[in-house]
Amino acid sequence: MKLKMTDSTEQKNGSLPYEMIIGLEVHVQLKTETKLFCRCSTKFGAEPNTQTCPVCIGMPGALPVMNRRAYDLAIKTALALDIGIPHFTKWDRKNYYYPDLPRGYQISQFDLPLSEGGKLEISDPKGGFKTKNVGITRAHLEDDAGKSLHDEASGKADTRIDLNRTGTPLLEIVSEPDMSSPQEAKGYLTELKLLLTYLEVSDCNMQEGSLRVDANVNLKIQNGNETVYTPIVEVKNMNSFRAVERAVAYEAKRQYTVWQETGLVKGQLPKQTRGWDDSAQITRAQREKEDASDYRYFPEPDLCPAVITEEEIASYRATLPELPGAIRKRLQGDFDLNPYDADVIVNQGQGGVDYYEELAKECGDGKQASNWFQQDVLRKLNESETTFAEFSLQPSRLAGLLLAVQKKEVDTTRAKDVFGVMYEKNLTAQEGMKELGIEQVDTSALSDLCKMLLEKNPQVVEDVKSGKKQAVGALIGQAKKANPNVNPGEVRKVCLDLIEQG
Amino acid sequence: MSILEYSATELKKKLEAKELTSVEVVTAYLNQIKEYDGEIRAFSFVNEEEALNQAAEVDSRRKRGEKVGLLAGIPVAVKEVLATEGQKTTCSSKMLENFVSPYNATVVQKIKDEDGILLGRTNMDEFAMGSSTENSAFGATSNPWNTDYVPGGSSGGAAACVAADMAPLSLGTDTGGSIRQPAGLCGIVGLKPTYGRVSRYGLVAFASSLDQVGPMTRTVADSALLLQAIAGHDRLDSTSANVEVPDYLNDLEKPLAGLRLGVVTEHFGEGLDEEVRQAVNDSIEVYRSLGATISEVSLPHNKYGIAAYYLIAPSEASSNLARYDGVHYGYRADEREIWQELTEERHRLVADGDERSATSPLVKMYCKTRSEGFGAEVKRRIMLGTYALSAGYYDAYYLKALKVRRLIQKDYLEAFKEVDLLIGPVTPTPAFKTGEKTGDPLSMYLGDLFTVCTNLAGVAAISIPCGFSKDGLPIGLQLQSPQFHEQQLLRVAHMYQTQTDWHIKRAPLAS
Ligand SMILES: [Zn+2]
Repeated sequence: MKLKMTDSTEQKNGSLPYEMIIGLEVHVQLKTETKLFCRCSTKFGAEPNTQTCPVCIGMPGALPVMNRRAYDLAIKTALALDIGIPHFTKWDRKNYYYPDLPRGYQISQFDLPLSEGGKLEISDPKGGFKTKNVGITRAHLEDDAGKSLHDEASGKADTRIDLNRTGTPLLEIVSEPDMSSPQEAKGYLTELKLLLTYLEVSDCNMQEGSLRVDANVNLKIQNGNETVYTPIVEVKNMNSFRAVERAVAYEAKRQYTVWQETGLVKGQLPKQTRGWDDSAQITRAQREKEDASDYRYFPEPDLCPAVITEEEIASYRATLPELPGAIRKRLQGDFDLNPYDADVIVNQGQGGVDYYEELAKECGDGKQASNWFQQDVLRKLNESETTFAEFSLQPSRLAGLLLAVQKKEVDTTRAKDVFGVMYEKNLTAQEGMKELGIEQVDTSALSDLCKMLLEKNPQVVEDVKSGKKQAVGALIGQAKKANPNVNPGEVRKVCLDLIEQG
Repeated sequence: MSILEYSATELKKKLEAKELTSVEVVTAYLNQIKEYDGEIRAFSFVNEEEALNQAAEVDSRRKRGEKVGLLAGIPVAVKEVLATEGQKTTCSSKMLENFVSPYNATVVQKIKDEDGILLGRTNMDEFAMGSSTENSAFGATSNPWNTDYVPGGSSGGAAACVAADMAPLSLGTDTGGSIRQPAGLCGIVGLKPTYGRVSRYGLVAFASSLDQVGPMTRTVADSALLLQAIAGHDRLDSTSANVEVPDYLNDLEKPLAGLRLGVVTEHFGEGLDEEVRQAVNDSIEVYRSLGATISEVSLPHNKYGIAAYYLIAPSEASSNLARYDGVHYGYRADEREIWQELTEERHRLVADGDERSATSPLVKMYCKTRSEGFGAEVKRRIMLGTYALSAGYYDAYYLKALKVRRLIQKDYLEAFKEVDLLIGPVTPTPAFKTGEKTGDPLSMYLGDLFTVCTNLAGVAAISIPCGFSKDGLPIGLQLQSPQFHEQQLLRVAHMYQTQTDWHIKRAPLAS
């Protein structure tokens, strides 16, 4: 049998000969000014080895002291992911030798992590997959290692070490293997990133390494009457969500081919690590460690275990903002939005939601507000590369324009021009309309104008009388030429009325 | 009376009364070091010039009537394991032979803040692993009472310099007895404070959950003085306790009414030297005559102390010493030799058709550096600890040892319900001869029988001189107290020194 290539149609039809089992391990860098165990800055991009001290470079005798803010952010995140917070947690040493790990051990959490057993709801308003809960196995705090810079260009194959990143606080969030397609994997990452952004616990910048993803992938294959599982492969080196999507899809196909060729199933091979090669769009086997890694975990004697009470957990919970999933549902209820629109708004972050809500409340029409928000506000925001915080056109002013449209003081097309001038010149809706010379045309003036046009266009009158009402459209352009402030709908209505009255 | 005969407390009074200057005091000690340390080898570094400058500076401040610190003008010797800015912090290891610390340990900073004079650095067993100071990479220290004998360890230099009148105050560290045992064998006072009483920041870790810094002095009053200077919470050490530091000096003379002392049954069993037994029993009688109630108490899990200790301490050490890998600082094996050995290995493997099993240059660098940089005892403990923490052995060794530790802690809690302090020997025998036990690590470990449980339980203990063997070697008495009861410990120990003169006797130094 020849390998069938995956594509999304096949996936939707469920015609793939296997099911994917995907679990994700996400490392997020917590947004703290200083490192996890010392007072060095966590700022990205400084000259190598300028943000170090005896503690983070593992000088003899130096001791770690837990960064309270990192601990707080970790607890906040765990609560947002619906994870249980045990009353007692401790830190452990994970021992291994590597040049970018100056202490010879990482301080992590092994058997009593900060939190265990949570979930994250993922959905796709475009219908790519069904809404589901992805289980969160655990989340734990640990410190990052440094960076090895392999300088092969110098010809000496020197490796240089930058320890600026050493000791940066990381939260490792491990999911259950609950995802069964690359789209779901991407959906999970997108939702997780959005959640972390709402919580303001991380910058989630994959380029700067503040969000890193490893994927565990294998397949469930129905082989006649028997269900078999392929060996689990850990995929690393993916530097965008799109790369994760592609790497997972590639890996599934690869595993299926290998299974067809070898028949090897889970348990017959040790867990393998493969790296995603983005330029070749394939995964490659990474060099196996010399021996099965034994990290010799044991409790970190330099740090006291943390004890947290129900009351403390409650007070952490009180600091949680409204989370994306809840906001989506509320927007749908409060403003009568469909899931897609609510999703677009929530994806803009808290600033976007706040903007939309004020706009919708003040103009009183959620749907209209949503359309303007998505078409005009977001476009301007993209063009000007600004954030909501910096966006000069306040929602209350924009609401004034939307109300004018509702009252027919200005038609939608002209309103877009008003929007532009309000934005450029920092004006209210009324000032904007005035700037463009838009005034209400009073009824008698409109009536006079229509009469004049009907007199000049007897053919139109004839056509209407013979039943071709759309002929009146020819007059609208002329009316606008004569007075740009006229409302096309009203011109049409008045002309038809006049013809009828004869 | 010569300067060297004064205790630190007496020196402090003389300096305050301006009957002596710090320069005079420091000079006297420097001369004593010059004269006798060639034979004792207590110091690995003498801070001569800086000590004199610092002394002159303190003297002039005092002369101007400015406020000076608690230890103003008094010399303090510092054990090699305590990081000192700008000085080599070698831990008596080849691995750190040329390592200059960029920062001060909190205790060193506190000595400086209290205007104590940093006299020099004292020799020790490499990375504080040993009981005789024979494991120093830079040569052994001798016992001032008889230079054929060891001074004990690992704070052997710290004890010997006080016993030989080369320093009035000395800082040691105690992981399983490393302050009390050398204090006992050298006839001086050594206090191991409660775990968390003194900051460990800058104490180069051997076993983090057991290590403590403490004073080593001639008299109990001097230990009270030095503890006063170094005790207290430190925000740089999460395991330092946020417990108020009492005034150790003020209450020292207060008599203790209704004192209840417990004699630990398990400390008087087989293997206890007869002379030691006699000296300790005599001390107990001194207390009885002072009105103390003496009763027998049991620490039933004491017998597992050595086994638990020699699993927990090496386990932590195996991780603490991983940082000495030749990458960032300290000793690194010669690069040419590394490449040469790799090349030879490759030729061998090519001949055998097994090129794939070649050692990577990085692994080779790690192995060679650590093989050459560490001494035998350190390697032995790293291997012990690595083994005890390995998958498949963890539950049987490390975890079991932690459980035993809990039982030992409970024993102490129970005992302290009955009595105020425990009393007994520090070591089973007086000092042994240099070289006598180097070939038998187990017998060396068994010498820690009465001291390791104190560290496993995290309580405080003091060793004070209580007699001599017929060979003229000192014998030590140990008192142990509940956590954070150093005040009581010092008062009771001081009470003994008001009734006896063992601590006044000086080592017979041959010039
Ligand atoms: Zn740092």
